[in-house]
Amino acid sequence: MAEAKPSTVSPEARRPLSPHLQIYRPMLTMMMSIMHRITGVALYVGTLLLAAWLIAAATDARAFATISDLLTSFIGRIILLGFTWSLFHHLMGGLRHFIQDTGRGMEHPQREYLAQATLVGGLVLTALVWVLAYAAR
Amino acid sequence: MSNNPNSMRTTVRQVRHLGSAKSGTHHAWHMRLTSFALVPLTIAFVWIVLSLVGKDYNTVRAALGSPVIAIIMLLFILTSIYHMMLGMQTIIEDYVHSEGAKTFSLALNIFFSFAVGLACVYAVLRLSFV
Repeated sequence: MAEAKPSTVSPEARRPLSPHLQIYRPMLTMMMSIMHRITGVALYVGTLLLAAWLIAAATDARAFATISDLLTSFIGRIILLGFTWSLFHHLMGGLRHFIQDTGRGMEHPQREYLAQATLVGGLVLTALVWVLAYAAR
Repeated sequence: MSNNPNSMRTTVRQVRHLGSAKSGTHHAWHMRLTSFALVPLTIAFVWIVLSLVGKDYNTVRAALGSPVIAIIMLLFILTSIYHMMLGMQTIIEDYVHSEGAKTFSLALNIFFSFAVGLACVYAVLRLSFV
């Protein structure tokens, strides 16, 4: 501190701010970080679907038929596909966080591989589950 | 709180007890704890739902109400609801800066999580015992 000059600006306004997202060139590691948060929010809202499904099952056959029709409709399937992908992408992101929590996988090529693994892993698991779902139907 | 820049109080004295630096570690630890538990629980949950695709009402009812599946579902629901409540709290604290809106959103997050969690738990218990 050079000098303590009285300032009329509030302490909040004088605090230094780190640059936000739009300053940086988009990178895969950054996109995966953003997607982790977005899929988390999607899953947050998606719990309403799980609650609706469980409540319908606990109510009666008619309620269950209604929710089943909604979920298996075209739009319902798109939403469920998004839910499945969000779940797996977030799960893969969580595994990546576990690795990086130990201090590993932060260096240049490794962090790129982990970001790629998060993306590919989420997509592959989603595809796998949907293939199994259609096979079981 | 005094925002007076000419205050004689030290900076630390001015900010102490004003937020955070209280429960951050606890929050982060519980986030890891629930994440860890959710790895097997999510796989089990997906497995259960997958096994019920295309099944009729009575089969789904019986499956969800059977002890092992009901217990796994309850563990998954409680752990994921707590996990998402912590996650949404972080998001709110990151993006909502005005004190009123922040407090309101934080409260709403807790209410939403409890309501959805309780609804799911109630449904699973009803499938088990009714």
